[in-house]
Amino acid sequence: MKHKVEIRDHQREMHTYRLRLGISAVFVLFFFVLLASRFIYLQVIQHEHFKTLAENNRISIVPIAPNRGLILDRNGIVLARNYSAYTLEITPSKVKNLNKTIDELSRYVEITQSDRKRFKRQLEDSHSFESLPIRTRLKDDEAARFAVNSFRFPGVEIHARLFRQYPDGEMTSPFLGYIGRINDNDLDKIDDAGDSANYKGTDYIGKMGIEQSFETKLHGVTGFDQVEVDSSGREVRTLSRTPPISGDSLTLTIDSKLQEIAEKAFGDYRGALVAIDPGSGEILAFVSKPGFDPNLFVEGIDSQSWAALNNSPDKPLINRALRGEYPPGSTFKPFMALAGLHFGVRSAQDAIHDPGFFELPGKSHHYRDWKAGGHGVVDLHKSIVVSCDTYYYGLANLLGIDRIHEFISNFGFGKKTGIDIAGELSGVLPSPSWKMKRYKQRWYAGDTIPVGIGQGYDLATPLQLAFATSILASNGTAYRPHLVKSIRDSKTGKIETPRSELLYKLDIDPKYLSDVRSAMADVTKPGGTAPRVGAGAPYDIAAKTGTAQVIGIKQGEKYVASNIQERYRDHALFIAYAPADNPRIALAVLVENGGHGGSTAGPIARQVLDYYLLGKMPQEKIKEEKIDAPAD
Amino acid sequence: MHPLIRRIHRALSNHVDSFLLVCTMILISMGLAVLFSASDQSLPKLSSQVVNITVAFAIMWAIANVPPHQLMRFALPLYVAGLVLLVGVALFGEISNGARRWLNLGIARIQPSELMKIAVPMMLAWYFDRHESALTFRNYVIGAAILIFPVLLIARQPDLGTAILIASSGFFVLFYAGLSWKIMAGLFVSGLASLPVLWSILHDYQKKRLLTLLDPAKDPLGAGYHTIQSMIAVGSGGIVGKGWLHGTQAHLDFLPEHTTDFIFAVFSEEFGLIGNLFLLFMYVLVIARGLSIASNAPTLFSRLMAGSITMTFFTYCFVNMGMVSGILPVVGVPLPLISYGGTSMVTMLLGFGILMSIHTHKKLVKT
Repeated sequence: MKHKVEIRDHQREMHTYRLRLGISAVFVLFFFVLLASRFIYLQVIQHEHFKTLAENNRISIVPIAPNRGLILDRNGIVLARNYSAYTLEITPSKVKNLNKTIDELSRYVEITQSDRKRFKRQLEDSHSFESLPIRTRLKDDEAARFAVNSFRFPGVEIHARLFRQYPDGEMTSPFLGYIGRINDNDLDKIDDAGDSANYKGTDYIGKMGIEQSFETKLHGVTGFDQVEVDSSGREVRTLSRTPPISGDSLTLTIDSKLQEIAEKAFGDYRGALVAIDPGSGEILAFVSKPGFDPNLFVEGIDSQSWAALNNSPDKPLINRALRGEYPPGSTFKPFMALAGLHFGVRSAQDAIHDPGFFELPGKSHHYRDWKAGGHGVVDLHKSIVVSCDTYYYGLANLLGIDRIHEFISNFGFGKKTGIDIAGELSGVLPSPSWKMKRYKQRWYAGDTIPVGIGQGYDLATPLQLAFATSILASNGTAYRPHLVKSIRDSKTGKIETPRSELLYKLDIDPKYLSDVRSAMADVTKPGGTAPRVGAGAPYDIAAKTGTAQVIGIKQGEKYVASNIQERYRDHALFIAYAPADNPRIALAVLVENGGHGGSTAGPIARQVLDYYLLGKMPQEKIKEEKIDAPAD
Repeated sequence: MHPLIRRIHRALSNHVDSFLLVCTMILISMGLAVLFSASDQSLPKLSSQVVNITVAFAIMWAIANVPPHQLMRFALPLYVAGLVLLVGVALFGEISNGARRWLNLGIARIQPSELMKIAVPMMLAWYFDRHESALTFRNYVIGAAILIFPVLLIARQPDLGTAILIASSGFFVLFYAGLSWKIMAGLFVSGLASLPVLWSILHDYQKKRLLTLLDPAKDPLGAGYHTIQSMIAVGSGGIVGKGWLHGTQAHLDFLPEHTTDFIFAVFSEEFGLIGNLFLLFMYVLVIARGLSIASNAPTLFSRLMAGSITMTFFTYCFVNMGMVSGILPVVGVPLPLISYGGTSMVTMLLGFGILMSIHTHKKLVKT
């Protein structure tokens, strides 16, 4: 009985199966008939139409690259523009023997080996009906010589194309970046973004800085001509034209005059400067020295210049403002002082006695003050004005690393500021979990002490320092630092001004802020660590000097600048904002191997402040004075 | 004939279905002829395709000699291995052309989605065969799960073409295993309902391709380019075609991918409507033979495999020709037995090997 059921089931199953095979066969026939009708439609009914398209008049689509958007400074001075130059271009599908044609061309126009290589590379990844440049920037006589002989070269044409130019060259490279030829990597990115059609006529793409981060705005929309070409490939007429839409122009927050003054103020020093409007986060100057000429990269840099840039011991290709991580040194102290007040560890009036060193209870290691013999009795005000190390060693110990990390990260240390160009580094604001992750070691009490004076594991970029200073200057209001002030839509002419992004407002007792700020205002007065920076200024400058050690000094040894090779001398740091009571500008200056912050970095800051606040041009070089100001 | 030669001949042909073999050879010869034309008469390309074909035939012959019940034993390990590799691709895969499809195992780079083209239907057929005596609703749910995991993993690589092919091969197994019409109708309706959701999951370039299908002229430089150019090639071929080696579209490089996914455009241009209808006829013969083998297959496993292999072959044909003639969006599906490429050739002939094995091992199983 049971057996019988199974057999019947099996038969029913087979019946269903065969039925479904039959259905499949009908399904297959239906869809093949569908295909066959499509073929009949295309090949019989529409045949004449497609025959015309294919045989007599092949439609060729010629992309027209849009003009790249301009970049202006905050006062409308042009920082990046386009100029027109002749290029010699070949449409491969119209040329029978490419190599022979190029050989013949080289009789009229200079064509180097690298031109050939570049052409070949482009040939491999493009449609052969696109016209590709064999030579760019033809000289007038070359263009004329070719024009006379152009009848010999079907498929070769001269086009006027736009090239990018940076009038201020090296000065603007830290924030503008540059554009360069699109390489495979860029192509992948363009493909991923689904943008390949829009880049058909484009040879260049932003590689760094504003040019890179605002690529989509600057690029614009590619237009195209639909042209009829006859069977030999000659253009018969243009059928339709979709004009390109130029890229949007950008107005930056940079004041190019201020930028120039700041850049010049460095002289031969290496370093960086970032100046920010604390009321908005607008970046007014963004310097990295030495820089490089971005115009070199536009045409594809030649290997010699590249090697020179890449191998230079001055490392001009490193953007120090964005990616240089330095110990903040004593510029860290105002933030430490605030942390101490905020957690009630030490009041502003609490004073310590500074014997010239600090030691942890039960340990013999001496954490030395920069001043042998110490500063005597030191309260908060004096600790900032004279930059007392011992005060901060002790404060760091009292606070402990967790509270330091918690409070000071409010000022942007140890994390990216979120500036609107790519590539910034985040510095280090150490914590036990960071050390475990980075070094697989636990945190020792001794690690905390040097953090108090911005040494040890502390690292910050000049941008971060300027950002932190701007938060201090605005009494705890943090605006995101940014470089783009407004974007002008090229199609509608509408100007979009993104509102300055208010990140947060710190909850700190105003009394504590004013304690620290009044101390910083006295740093540039007689008795402070940078009296000369403030000398003769009609406005008050609040500042803090700093020195970052490049090499460690052994216990019991003394640091003598003149004994040490220049590259191992200390870095000089200076943070400042002014006017002290109502700040309009906050800045951070770093001078590599500059020694003491007050004497090398300070004067640079003063020139920038004078120009920005008074419109005063810098005097001829400030006299080299013998360093007798206290070193911190 | 010398007895030794006769013995060798028998050993070689014992498990080979001559009807299927002849059809396959005709199609492959047509493919070589088009490839020669499409590759601008490149002999290196032609000989590399001959190597592909030789390898694929050897694999077909080897598989044809393995009885289906032994093939069945590979189902689970192949499927599990494929799934593990797919997860590996998702986590550590190499990105090329914006998609994460390849896995570098140190010795070789492999594309696990190809393996799954055979492993998924085999796994499903094996699963239903095991539960043959009492198939319940639950079995179909599990079957659907077996199918959906690899398909989703492949779809998000993203490789829509392969995902569609695997999904359809799995669906055909479920279909032949007796999935009820009500459920299929339900799936169809819920599929329609979830279209908006699917749309939001699609990558931008995939959306673009679908939109271009509606109006290719809208984006002639980008996504619409392939479709416009291949339609011109097909349409300009007319009834008798421009003749072998005389297509203009392909030779002037207007056509992209004209040796692989778009080779049918070259074929169409040179051999016209007559060539197309002959090609369709040859495919119909192959499919008819496949369905006939399926209908006489002795075990559930072999029935399901034979049905699925045959109908997946059909899906390849339809999707590719539909794409080239502009009624389907552009997805990366080769034209079976014609397109240049070793992987698809091996996958096709491996499937035919299984069909032959099913057909020639029938009696052994019955006794």
